[in-house]
Amino acid sequence: MSFQRSKRAIRFIFMALAIGLSVSGCGNDYVLLHPAGPVAASELNLIEITAATMIVIILIVWVLFGIALVRFRDTPGNKAPYRPLWDHNKKLELGVIAVSVVAAVIIAVPTWNKTFALAHVPKGKAPIVIDVTSLDWKWLFEYPSQHIATVNYIDVPTNRPVLFELTADSPMNTFWVPQLGGMEYTMPSEVLPLWLEASKPGLYWGRSGNFSGSGFVHMTFNVHAVPASAFNAWVTNVKTTQPKMTMADYRQLLKFNWIAPRYYSAYPAATFPAETHGFTLEGGMYMEMQPTPK
Amino acid sequence: MNLPVEPDSTAKLPLEFTDNHESLKILGFWSFLATDLLLFASLFAVYAVYQSRVGMAGPSPDQLFKLGPAVVETLLLLTSSFTCGLAVYQMRRNHKRGTIIWLAVTLLLGVGFVTTEVREFVSYIAMGDSWHHSAFLSAFFTLVGTHGAHVTFGILWAITLIIQLMGRGLTTVTTRKMYMFALYWHFLDIIWVFIFTVVYLNGKI
Amino acid sequence: MSSLLALLFPPSTTRNMELSADVLIILSSAAIIFYLTRWHRWKYLWREWLTTVDHKKIGIMYLIGAVTMLFRGGTDALLLRAQLAVPNNHLLGPLHYDEIFTTHGTIMIFFMAMPLIFAMFNIAIPLMIGSRDVAFPRLNAISFWLFAFAAFLFNISFVIGGSPNAGWTAYPPLTELAFNPGVGQNYYLMALVVTGLGTTATGINFLVTILRMRAPGMTLMRMPMFAWTTLVTSVLILFAFPPLTVAMVLTLFDRLFGTAFFTIGRGGMPMMYVNLFWLFGHPEVYILVLPSFGIFSEVVATFSRKKLFGYSTMVYSVLAITFLSYGTWVHHFFTMGAGAAVNVFFGLSTILIAIPTGIKIFNWIFTMWNGRIKMTVAMMWALAFIPTFVVGGATGVMLGAVPGDYQFHNSYFLIAHFHNVIIGGTVFGLMSGVYYWWPKVTGRLLNERQGKWAFWLFFLGFWVTFMPQYALGFMGMTRRMYTYSHGFGWSSLNLISTIGAFVMGAGFVVMVYNFVWSQIHGEIDVTGDPWNGRTLEWSTPSPAPEYNFARIPVVTDRDAWWAMKQEQKTNVVQIKPQEITDIELPKSSGIPFLMGLSFFVFSVGMVFSWWWIAGAGFLGFVVCMLVGTFDYDDHKEVPRQEIQNTESAFGRLQG
Repeated sequence: MSFQRSKRAIRFIFMALAIGLSVSGCGNDYVLLHPAGPVAASELNLIEITAATMIVIILIVWVLFGIALVRFRDTPGNKAPYRPLWDHNKKLELGVIAVSVVAAVIIAVPTWNKTFALAHVPKGKAPIVIDVTSLDWKWLFEYPSQHIATVNYIDVPTNRPVLFELTADSPMNTFWVPQLGGMEYTMPSEVLPLWLEASKPGLYWGRSGNFSGSGFVHMTFNVHAVPASAFNAWVTNVKTTQPKMTMADYRQLLKFNWIAPRYYSAYPAATFPAETHGFTLEGGMYMEMQPTPK
Repeated sequence: MNLPVEPDSTAKLPLEFTDNHESLKILGFWSFLATDLLLFASLFAVYAVYQSRVGMAGPSPDQLFKLGPAVVETLLLLTSSFTCGLAVYQMRRNHKRGTIIWLAVTLLLGVGFVTTEVREFVSYIAMGDSWHHSAFLSAFFTLVGTHGAHVTFGILWAITLIIQLMGRGLTTVTTRKMYMFALYWHFLDIIWVFIFTVVYLNGKI
Repeated sequence: MSSLLALLFPPSTTRNMELSADVLIILSSAAIIFYLTRWHRWKYLWREWLTTVDHKKIGIMYLIGAVTMLFRGGTDALLLRAQLAVPNNHLLGPLHYDEIFTTHGTIMIFFMAMPLIFAMFNIAIPLMIGSRDVAFPRLNAISFWLFAFAAFLFNISFVIGGSPNAGWTAYPPLTELAFNPGVGQNYYLMALVVTGLGTTATGINFLVTILRMRAPGMTLMRMPMFAWTTLVTSVLILFAFPPLTVAMVLTLFDRLFGTAFFTIGRGGMPMMYVNLFWLFGHPEVYILVLPSFGIFSEVVATFSRKKLFGYSTMVYSVLAITFLSYGTWVHHFFTMGAGAAVNVFFGLSTILIAIPTGIKIFNWIFTMWNGRIKMTVAMMWALAFIPTFVVGGATGVMLGAVPGDYQFHNSYFLIAHFHNVIIGGTVFGLMSGVYYWWPKVTGRLLNERQGKWAFWLFFLGFWVTFMPQYALGFMGMTRRMYTYSHGFGWSSLNLISTIGAFVMGAGFVVMVYNFVWSQIHGEIDVTGDPWNGRTLEWSTPSPAPEYNFARIPVVTDRDAWWAMKQEQKTNVVQIKPQEITDIELPKSSGIPFLMGLSFFVFSVGMVFSWWWIAGAGFLGFVVCMLVGTFDYDDHKEVPRQEIQNTESAFGRLQG
């Protein structure tokens, strides 16, 4: 009985999956499958390699398991061999180890390469820097070269790396724009780098991936990727039409709430740690870090 | 459980290992020491990272520590480890009185250690350097204080041991407890050697 | 007075759901007290259960505790899934949702999975290795009561003082007073410290038990595989729990005494907590899954009527996993800026640890190969594990590939992955163990038809719940979101997932019904060996007498009992009346219970910063220790006449 039933069960699972996929439309909602820049594309490529390798392993296990289950059932008249003392087979065991090792190597090599490749902005391309501070529960973006700041919204130029310098003036969050690439933590008293790049214009959503309190779900923002000329026009527009951010404004932003996007034509330098490009930086506002004694 | 033990091999074993129940407890205590070691290792790791994180105006290890009390504490504890060894030696020779006397000396040295340490802590706090002040101070008081709490517990343990030794003499049970106490005491001594080097000496360099 | 009321009952505990829980708790407590008083059961309860040091009874109590906690954690899960079933739902508010996902995770790991594992240890291990008890019976009872009171402590936070709400990982600075006032987080910290002490003691206990109390002739390489995985789990516990205790205590010091470990202003460093937590957390994953690996090995071999395939490979794989599990913790936070070299190291170690795990899966399939597979419920849970766990393991490797993890971290892909390994690995294994060993502890067989219903509901519910969550990860849904809006396309998959969760819930209900029904009407196991088992526990009657074995068996082979049956030497379990001697057993003691109670009082004092109550609890602990150390009368003799009567009632007397 049970085999019939499990076959039905498996068919049911696949149907459920198929319905799920078709209802949601295997389309643009699968943001990880639709990269809009080289970082996300490279990560998707690795995901595909690992997924393919793992699907092979899964299928091997499922098929062997299925055969064992069907063939060696304790039913009267089962003609399959019964060898209760068969408990080792060197070749078989070495074969299993070999298959596992091969699978591991197939995954390990691109993991190694891509981890190092993605750790640095590609040489020869000057990145635009955006300083990111996660607040309760909003994102503050500051453009140190353009001297403008925004909340919950950024414009970036296409085909140019963007170096995000991430810190927090709040509990930990992660900065994530799925279509541009993977996430990185924002932590108080540390500045972490993350570079992304958009290769085609568009509006990409981002959010925090790490729970930081009851308003965390509202920590969303949009990244608008536009050609360089449009980006420059946008910067000029912000500079000329928007108010300056004062320290008082910044303290307002520290309040526990969520707000719509805002734009500032200037911001106080003290709102972001002075020293950047390092992992040992101590800074942010309320944490008031001190010089180390030695 | 009641595994047959060859009579010959039993004769050569110290008393506390002759009873299977008691010998099991010694192995269990070794396992406990392993986890306790990991506890201290974690605290040492915290301290190692935090010793430079001294807050706004807080003292650095160099400014805070006075080597005087630390050296006194070291001498007291090292000596007590030696006298503890003497107590076990007397126990092995089946001298109840000697065991108790050396255990009492160990206990008194331990009391001296804890007293000195408390006075050291109080002097730091009197200067305004309590553990609220910086991550460094929090880590220092927690690491050294955890050790001190262990020593304090050891002193209470030694008192109960002396009472039991006086009442019951050297039996498989009391010798097993004495042996475990000695393991514990030497363990704390080793931890202290690390504290003295990693915290005090290293802080002064 | 009003401030005290505000402390005890903050707004978060006066919502309708909490108030109705209050009423239920009061009613059921009253019912229990009435029952105990009306039928004069207090003495029985104290004598037979609260003071027991018998590993079999402690195992049963662990089992009851774990199932109760599974109910609580499962209810939490259903509430979470109900909230996420449709977009923009308002069933739970954000604060409420945050508390429930925190208690769900914490309870499932520390108060459901861990005690269920210890239930299996206690029920099976001493019998399996031919021992009359564990090495330290009283310590074993202390472990249990620390767990029980810690679980109680954690659960009352729901109705008194407010629940913790920072997730089961509780990263600072979110757990610092500045962001998290109130006592909820203190409950979390104290409960984990107390239950952690008990867990460490259990680790010591089973390490010594297995190393020193095996039946004569049972060498390490003749041990059942479950004994092996219990042994290495114990070692893992000894090394994994101290960092957790330190992480918890340091956070507690920050909150109660104003230290500066993780506060930012005075040089504290939240990353330190993350490292300590996962230094515990990754070995913990293997603490959870290795015992299940042991159970699968026993169950698959028994119901395939065949020797375990590749025993020594299995042993070495387990040892390799133990060793490697300490070198993988950073993979929980690749995205915290450790740098490429560190990330690659931990990424590769994560891929490496998959190899011994994969080998084990193949070995279970080869154990079935050339066997004769019998479909009992215990076997079905074990079999369900193989195709399920391999998916979880595979997605684990995908998470271990560092750049991929940058996209998957904290997304629903991760949620699906760890539920896939913890349910598909740990829970399926433990369920298999429960159905397998149930007759051994209770003397009755679980009804197979009901068991199959429970299994299929739970198994199918699992797939329907968690497969859509992998897809949601690809759609960018992150964990711990209390709601979401229409635009992302997450709605239908979330609805499917919720439906699956309720099917799993139905499976749980059927399972509990199965337990209760079978305890009343189930078939009585008269043989002591209902499955035609292979290991020594099946050589004893069901349930085993207090002293387990009238005569300690001598082992000559792996699968000792199977070998005895093959060689027609089953009469070794029978004993001649003249051979019977008195048996020394540990004596019941009230100290473990009172020690747990003292820790509970101490913890309540700490949670609310009522130092005099904490002091009273500490004093209770000291008194328990003193009484314990001066108590030399901790053993009793079971007289030979009593043994003779018991054995003759089982029909196990020779001549």
